[in-house]
Amino acid sequence: MQNHLLTYLVLVPGALLFLYPLLWMLSTSLKPKHQIFTYPIEWIPDTWMWSNYGEVFNQVPFLTYTINTAVITVIGVVGTLFGSSLAAYGFARFRFPGKDALFVLMLSTMMVPIWVTLIPSFLMFRWFGWLNSYLPILVPAFFAQPFYTFLLRQFFMTVPIDLEDAARIDGANRLQIFLNIMLPLSRPALATVAIFAFFFYWNEFLLPLIYIQDQSKFPISVGISAFVSEYRSDFALMMAASGMALAPPMVVFFLAQRYFIQGFVLSGVKG
Amino acid sequence: MFNSDLLRREAIQGYLFILPWFIGFLVFTAGPLTAALGFSFTDWNGVSALEWIGFENYIQLFTRDTRFWQSLKVTLIFTFFYLILNLIIGFALALVMNQPVRGMRLFRTIYYLPAVLSGVAVAVLWSFLFHREFGALNWLLSFIGIKRIGWIVSESWALPSIIIMELWRVGSTIIIFLAGLQGIPPELYEAAEVDGANRRWRLWSITIPLMSPTIFFVLIVGFINTMQVFTQAYIMTRGGPNYATYFYSINLYETTFRELRLGYSSAQAGVLFVIIFIITLCILWVSRYRVNYELV
Repeated sequence: MQNHLLTYLVLVPGALLFLYPLLWMLSTSLKPKHQIFTYPIEWIPDTWMWSNYGEVFNQVPFLTYTINTAVITVIGVVGTLFGSSLAAYGFARFRFPGKDALFVLMLSTMMVPIWVTLIPSFLMFRWFGWLNSYLPILVPAFFAQPFYTFLLRQFFMTVPIDLEDAARIDGANRLQIFLNIMLPLSRPALATVAIFAFFFYWNEFLLPLIYIQDQSKFPISVGISAFVSEYRSDFALMMAASGMALAPPMVVFFLAQRYFIQGFVLSGVKG
Repeated sequence: MFNSDLLRREAIQGYLFILPWFIGFLVFTAGPLTAALGFSFTDWNGVSALEWIGFENYIQLFTRDTRFWQSLKVTLIFTFFYLILNLIIGFALALVMNQPVRGMRLFRTIYYLPAVLSGVAVAVLWSFLFHREFGALNWLLSFIGIKRIGWIVSESWALPSIIIMELWRVGSTIIIFLAGLQGIPPELYEAAEVDGANRRWRLWSITIPLMSPTIFFVLIVGFINTMQVFTQAYIMTRGGPNYATYFYSINLYETTFRELRLGYSSAQAGVLFVIIFIITLCILWVSRYRVNYELV
């Protein structure tokens, strides 16, 4: 009992601290201008300025940013699932010469910093005529990402092989088995990868910063960054914009917490 | 004969499944990596003719470039303190959260939530939280008698500020550790209790050794990511004040996209790769001697 009291003594103040920045964001985003620069801080707005959120849409094309981000995120997630699950199945279920070496090679590419390949990639994409488009961000997604491939392979290897054997005896080929048996059985793992990829593409900043020039093509991340350098002191609008950018990841988190946690379990414990 | 035919078919099909990855590896990783190595021996702004200058970029980097050394120092200090604190706080909170008390689901949700938030919006949010006059952090600290801190506008506090902001997202580490803790067979603790082992002894001789693979996993993945930190500093401080948060990636960004010294920045990027590679291998090497895989 005394033990539990101690646990709460740690967890309750900690939880408040973890929520504190988000409460601050919410409070600031709803304040009228004169109340933002007050000390001591007034947490409850005099008038609830819901219009701050609307104002963001007037100052910048926030709706366009959101649509752009959604497009990047959806295609990025689909591409990640496609490439990574194919490679993961290859590594999980086939015997071929050099498999272990190739797998280690794939894992070791995780050590290559994005900065090393950035300049040659930029020149290559410029040569392809892909600058100022989402192609440099999205096309590589379809060619398997090491971390997600690793995660899916770990999961595929836990799936009993009997079902696949039965289908093979019935004359199904490996691609059919992959599509009709392995993928449906792996829904939880695929959901996990989809969620990780969602957060990744939703928040991606460096690549669109480098590749996208037109404001009408900005995702939210680059849009907010430009907005901040223009309206540096308008904290209510900045917090409203940040809040709207953070809302979708929060919703996804609440809806899919289980898969999110499972992903870490898969990656961490058997790593 | 039949058997080897089957094996060959299986091998070909296996290669076909990993083919997309392999093409991507050649086009988006191996090719650019090789090209970058080549660029690092040149002087080039992306437009004019490439000029081969041998090791000149590397010589300048190591002997005459104080900005480079500053960026390396900032990044290593940041990485070191962030990783250690993240590990200790993540582990401690996971131990606390591994107890069966009421409302734990809610606590876990709250602690995990910031882990999914990242990027520009979080940096903007914390910029105002860190505001010297009107920020909520100094306001909170004033209740325990701490005078106003400059945070991101102070040369000595800017780097710790970004560490604190990143520690807000310790949730992912907590999740990984919790999963590891729940995989430890309870019989081990029961046996230790029968033998009269106290709490501290159980922590050091059961929990930590059994968690060592997880600890090293967190360390390696964290290390590779932390060495490349960019967005936070780009949004909050642009490397300042007075180069206090001049991360390696900020230096790379400046050299590449502002000064257009592509050969020089390729050399810088290559050095970063070598540093990450060597330190990662060192951590892996240590883990081979320290990690207890047998019981897991």
